[in-house]
Amino acid sequence: MADKKIFGVTALFNNPDAITAAAKKAADAGFTRWDVNSPYPIHGIDKAMKMKPSTLGFVTLIFGLSGAVLALILMWWTMSVDYPMIIGGKPYFSLPAFIPVTFEVTVIMATVSTVVAMLAFFFGLPRNDHALHDTDYMKKVSCDHYGLVIEAIDPKFDERSTLEFLKDLKPLSTEVIYHPEKESYPIFEPRFILFLAGVAVVVSLGTYLMLNKLMYIQPFNWMENQAKIIPQTGSEFFADGRGMRLPVEGSVAKGFVPYPFEGETNPREVLSNPYFPTKENLELGQRKYLTYCSPCHGNFGDGDSRLQGQFPNPPTLHSDRGRNFSDGMIYHIITVGQNVMPSYASQVTREERWAIVNYIRVLQRAKNATDADIKLVKAE
Amino acid sequence: MHTNELTYQKKDLPASISKIGMALLALGVILGVAAFFVDHSRAVFNYLIAFTFMISIGVGALFLVALEYIVGADWSVPIRRVVEFFAATIPLLALLVIPLLFNIGELFHWSHPEAVADDELLQGKAPYLNVTFFIIRVFVLIGIWSLFYFFFIKNSKKQDTTKEQKLTTKNIRLSAIFIPIFAVTISVAAIDWLMSIEPHWFSTIFGVYFFSGTVIAALAAVTLTTVLLKEHGYLHPAMTNDHLYSLGALMFAFVNFWGYIAFSQYMLIWYADLPEETFWFLQKWEGSWAIFSIGLIVIHFLVPYITLVSQPSKMDPKRLKFISVWLLFAHFYDLFWLVMPEMEELSAGYSFSWIDLVFPIAVVGILILVFNMKAKKENLIPIGDPKLQRGLDFHL
Repeated sequence: MADKKIFGVTALFNNPDAITAAAKKAADAGFTRWDVNSPYPIHGIDKAMKMKPSTLGFVTLIFGLSGAVLALILMWWTMSVDYPMIIGGKPYFSLPAFIPVTFEVTVIMATVSTVVAMLAFFFGLPRNDHALHDTDYMKKVSCDHYGLVIEAIDPKFDERSTLEFLKDLKPLSTEVIYHPEKESYPIFEPRFILFLAGVAVVVSLGTYLMLNKLMYIQPFNWMENQAKIIPQTGSEFFADGRGMRLPVEGSVAKGFVPYPFEGETNPREVLSNPYFPTKENLELGQRKYLTYCSPCHGNFGDGDSRLQGQFPNPPTLHSDRGRNFSDGMIYHIITVGQNVMPSYASQVTREERWAIVNYIRVLQRAKNATDADIKLVKAE
Repeated sequence: MHTNELTYQKKDLPASISKIGMALLALGVILGVAAFFVDHSRAVFNYLIAFTFMISIGVGALFLVALEYIVGADWSVPIRRVVEFFAATIPLLALLVIPLLFNIGELFHWSHPEAVADDELLQGKAPYLNVTFFIIRVFVLIGIWSLFYFFFIKNSKKQDTTKEQKLTTKNIRLSAIFIPIFAVTISVAAIDWLMSIEPHWFSTIFGVYFFSGTVIAALAAVTLTTVLLKEHGYLHPAMTNDHLYSLGALMFAFVNFWGYIAFSQYMLIWYADLPEETFWFLQKWEGSWAIFSIGLIVIHFLVPYITLVSQPSKMDPKRLKFISVWLLFAHFYDLFWLVMPEMEELSAGYSFSWIDLVFPIAVVGILILVFNMKAKKENLIPIGDPKLQRGLDFHL
């Protein structure tokens, strides 16, 4: 026994008055790490033990108050800031309606935190290796005896004198309790843990393969399979095997205006510009020019292509020829194309094409500005 | 710890108590009579508040006696006589109600036949709200309360000499009968005296609302007296602050209960927003009554709650004395808030008058005198009660 570490000494008593008297003496003797065990709560034992009032109440208070604050912030944020909704014609933030919820959250935060704090921090549970477990002493004080235990970590503890002290209290019996040997738990062995991990991997993989590959059943297909025909797919329904249908011959798209000089390289006459170069119109033109024209013609119409020779560079738009084109001619070129430039009629709408024409005029005037123009700009 | 022999020796209360009570009552009565001549209507309304306050103390105390018996409480046995002495004001109610019965017309709109004639709502309520049935109800209620009071006290008093356990059993049975009857009678009293001042309004929780205030007032009176008697050594020396803790805890519980009921009543009416219900609260938001309404929350709930929330404060005699006086005032304030805004002259807002302060003086005088009279005749401790020793041994 000598090599075992001592946990403390215990004494057993057989009625609550005796244990209360003993507790008073132990408290008077100045012990600090000691305790009383009994099968049920004894009235007045905390006073006899000179225990300070528990601080558990502060946990309740703090968590209760934070529950109230959190609940109010939650309701304020969700109901009046993030997603305001009028309910029953009441204001977004209507305190009377929030009080029941605040009350409930306060209560649940206070109670749950109290129980958790009590078990985890005040009792220090779980403690499976406590020295008093599995002792005769614990069996007796859980049944019909009252016990007092003085722990070895008490600064005043001395095995012999403390035992003498307890014997002076006239107990039924005293006992020295030793720490149990450190138990090694087979469940913490690396081989067992590896085995567990292996089982986990095999089971997860097996389950995954089983459910997703071998016996794949869609519990709910999230509309993955639908009877309708989706674009770019075939269909056996139609004789030509196509899913998508061609428009009926001679049909015209809604809002389509036919261009009268379709396919002519050098038209005899052109359209006149129906749009004034307003601010909105020019901004539209700039946006469309930068999207569709600038890759080849350059951001300012200089013909400095960004395509690095993958496509032949067009001439500058600021040449005399370019500047002398009428608005209708430029519109014609955009609409039907010229040389290697393709038609842009399908990408750029009528209005946008005219807006581009107006914007090209702006670029041309800016590149060839006269002194009068500069004066005008400065005046603004 | 079975060491407390019953060492109780009966001590008479000092003679000055009855003088103080007499003086307060005389002052209250003189000023009260003067008030009736100065401003009749205001005096009647204030008298009603004082009368309902007396109901609260007396009937609330009787309820506490019944409560002790039915739940088998030990801790309150050493102070049960204090509670019984306050219940002794119940038979007096039959006398105190008479001035009110002469002024039913002043108080209750529904008592005027010409008002009922062109008011369909009041016609519907007329089978209940009519003067004859009202007066019958008043005396039936006071009769029932007095009857139970006499039975309870008779058994309790007899036990002092006979020390029979049978008498406790009898009183337990009596309280089982009394408590449901109390629930109905206190609701009827609340509806008759307080709710029917505004006969168009209704709230099904109103009886419970008055009940919660009633118990607070009775508990506060009992706590104040107990602390004072204990400090001056009139109660059993074995009594500890743990007994006071129980009183403080009960007060705290009923303060919360009152807050819960008051808020429930308010929230349902606020949520439904029906004009036939909201007008009653809007009346209490008229002019300076709004300050009174906010004050009610502070005085009747927040201050007592914060004062009583911690464990030591429920045991501290000083703090208990303060809070029981405070709660007595709070209950008076509550009744004032219920009654006064319904007075036609004050419907636009409160204006101060000395009449409002007169009747509480007389109430305090009556309570002191009745208590003193009973204390002279009877033991301050139920020495024959079989649970007394356990009550004295009570520890937290």
